[in-house]
Amino acid sequence: MKLFIKQNNILPGFGLSLGYTIFYLGVIVLLPLSALVVKTASLSWTAFLHTVTHPRVLASYRLTFGTALLAASINGVFGLLTAWVLTRYRLPGKRIIDALVDLPFALPTAVAGITLATIFAPNGWVGRYLEPYGIKVAYTPLGILVAMTFIGLPFVVRTVQPVLEDLEGELEEAAACLGANRWQTFRRVIFPILLPAILTGFALAFARAVGEYGSIIFIAGNMPMVSEITPLLIITKLEQYDYAGATAIAVVMLAASFLLLLVINLLQWRSRRYAKA
Amino acid sequence: MMESSKITKKQTGNKKQSGLTEPAPVRWLLTTTALVFLGFFLFLPLAAVFSQALEKGAAAYIAAIRQPDALAAIRLTLLTAAISVPLNLAFGVSAAWSVAKFDFPGKSLLLTLIDLPFSVSPVISGLIYVLLFGLQGWLGPWLAAHNLKIIFAVPGIVLATIFVTFPFVARELIPLMQSQGKEEEEAALVLGASGFTTFFRVTLPNIKWGLLYGVILCNARAMGEFGAVSVVSGHIRGATNTIPLHVEILYNEYNYAAAFAVASLLALLALVTVAVKSLVELKLER
Amino acid sequence: MKHFKQILFLTLSVFTLGALVPFTASAGSELLNVSYDPTRELYQDYNTVFSKYWLKKSGDALTIKQSHGGSGTQARSVIDGLEADVVTLALAYDIDEIHDKAKLLPADWQKRLPHNSSPYTSTIVFLVRKGNPKAIKDWSDLMKPGIAVITPNPKTSGGARWNYLAAWGSALKQKGGSDTTAKDFMTKLFKNVPVLDSGARGATNTFVQRGLGDVLLAWENEAFLAINELGKDKFEIVVPSLSILAEPPVTLVDKVVDKKGTRKVAEEYLKYLYTPEGQEIAAKHYYRPIDKKIAGKYAKVFPKVKLITIDEVFGGWRAAQTKHFADGGSFDQIYTPGK
Repeated sequence: MKLFIKQNNILPGFGLSLGYTIFYLGVIVLLPLSALVVKTASLSWTAFLHTVTHPRVLASYRLTFGTALLAASINGVFGLLTAWVLTRYRLPGKRIIDALVDLPFALPTAVAGITLATIFAPNGWVGRYLEPYGIKVAYTPLGILVAMTFIGLPFVVRTVQPVLEDLEGELEEAAACLGANRWQTFRRVIFPILLPAILTGFALAFARAVGEYGSIIFIAGNMPMVSEITPLLIITKLEQYDYAGATAIAVVMLAASFLLLLVINLLQWRSRRYAKA
Repeated sequence: MMESSKITKKQTGNKKQSGLTEPAPVRWLLTTTALVFLGFFLFLPLAAVFSQALEKGAAAYIAAIRQPDALAAIRLTLLTAAISVPLNLAFGVSAAWSVAKFDFPGKSLLLTLIDLPFSVSPVISGLIYVLLFGLQGWLGPWLAAHNLKIIFAVPGIVLATIFVTFPFVARELIPLMQSQGKEEEEAALVLGASGFTTFFRVTLPNIKWGLLYGVILCNARAMGEFGAVSVVSGHIRGATNTIPLHVEILYNEYNYAAAFAVASLLALLALVTVAVKSLVELKLER
Repeated sequence: MKHFKQILFLTLSVFTLGALVPFTASAGSELLNVSYDPTRELYQDYNTVFSKYWLKKSGDALTIKQSHGGSGTQARSVIDGLEADVVTLALAYDIDEIHDKAKLLPADWQKRLPHNSSPYTSTIVFLVRKGNPKAIKDWSDLMKPGIAVITPNPKTSGGARWNYLAAWGSALKQKGGSDTTAKDFMTKLFKNVPVLDSGARGATNTFVQRGLGDVLLAWENEAFLAINELGKDKFEIVVPSLSILAEPPVTLVDKVVDKKGTRKVAEEYLKYLYTPEGQEIAAKHYYRPIDKKIAGKYAKVFPKVKLITIDEVFGGWRAAQTKHFADGGSFDQIYTPGK
């Protein structure tokens, strides 16, 4: 292993670019994150476990991760549907609709939060129609689900669209020639090709929903054990001067995020392999 | 997470689409379902923002925005973006150059680190800076002794914003530059161009749309960040409140029309962001 | 070329670090008042009046900045370095914490100003929908099934802690009341609470704007404000048979005012709250003034209510905090599953 870094490479700027990149990451990311880890390490192992497995904390994990999973699944199904319709069908105003799919990505979380809370409150535009049926959206886990679905909306659509667009028509035509109807073609031919992209979008939507704060905090009920999301719990612990406790829960969330990132990267690696095949 | 964006795909050309499609009733059903879904989750909130903002009339709308605390919030938001976005741009270009044009060990780790803010809750993003720079934190006493204010002041807000938004430009540029390869740059070098000339004359024109795209997204997020900034801000009216925080304050003071009026500024920004993105893609299709 | 690269690297790094460069403070006196949630309107008015007075008296063009949030949250921010010249919080314990955790003021801060450093007092009342459809008259009505009670989170909100103690106290004062019956009562009450906001203002929002709940446990001034701002014909105040004397204290943060050189103006700022002008402003915003003359003038505004104090029933804030609101305290016990 010699200087294999600069092998076959006449391009300059390696030191400068990588150096600055690492410096930036170090100051902005690594240093603060290490403060997080060190603070948590000030807890004994038992204290750490006790904090992160407290029933209220566990309930918040269940709520946050569970609802995010559900929201990401909804986005998986409807995202695929949206991508399909946008790619394959003619629609008036398609370009505008397509552009608007990115709205949850560009809209600030707090704005989304107060808007959703206002719409789904018992006297809101939508809430007032659901109220007579006893369906409560605002301040319940259902409201959290709505908020999480909103913010995750673009992910699956945007990961599936490029793959759909690149799909070779010959595959479908071949399937049709061999006697498959549209549903069979979809299920056996198209869907497997789309699956990695769907999964990637799903994982991205999931990751986003888990960490989200601003758009959910206004519509969630914040009742411990029922509708309290984990990020809120972190803030609550902070406000009780329990820094170590807050960082402990944060570390658990971070670990989960890292795991998710790994999964996403793996999925992407697999999908690239598949695409190349 | 370096999935190719639509920009990359568009640049590598479209494939031939099949002439086959579903029977008409199925198409109708799918389209309607998709539109209802989108209508419910996209159009409705958008409409709500503007309708609530104008509930008390146009005069109240303007007054809400011209109010001193609102103007201060707008100024702070613009300042934060003006600092964060160029810095993140420099970072994005730098990271993309090193990742796309070179091979080195630890590249995947680097990529994962760059993606980290996307998976980290904004609350944690703010918390880590409080841990580092707060009075009870590592650097707190030193900063206090030298009368340097980071947390609960503008620098803290800028830092938290940088953390949350730095991946945007990098994420756009890395797959783009990876798919473009090194040949053009190598050719330029062989022809005698210096490193920087190569970058500005060869690389930059190739990546300019991806760059623009990344910058717009970075900016939209920088101006709209709530959770991370909320933790480090101190909520000092007229001083350390960004537009999203000011919206929260108005909301908490029963001033809903004003809250939505200020929020509508950000909604408009979001619409502009989305429109520019669409235009960029349109350009690439040509 | 080599040097250019190095220079560029240095420039970029400096520029990055430059993002950390703090902005210099403005010239001229500036006070930061870190307060709890409901006092927004009060201090908006008070600050205008006081800065006029101060300008006339000393020629100094004073700027007063405000920050509001749940009392506990605000105390935490001050401990973390938010440079408050004065803190005007919901309860003494939060200010005690600023002493305990950050030593920014002395332990005997509360004795420095009259009346336990509380220039105004308040109490807890019920806000109900007009006509009181659920016939909520007193604390015992709150635990009935089917009644939705709105109160903020005691862990973050000062007002919520006053609510909690008022409720607990009312249960203790019942015939045969004890800690056990009180805890039982509180458990039933919290079963009726659908949402916990982080501050008093958020809870008021939930009740008033979002239309949730049958009764709001609120600061008296919040209740009046809600009626005035949001509909005299929509809500009414119900005064329970017994409530707690809430004393939201004010004090200056010694380490900060000494560093910034603002001690004199901060002291004047707080003292002015006790003058007839200051008391009048408080009364106008529905805070009970302690000045007897002003109180007499506004006697008709404030309903008569039997008040217990935190010292007599709970042995002071430190004891109350430990017993009820700290980790593992009675509030946490009420929320543990399986109980």
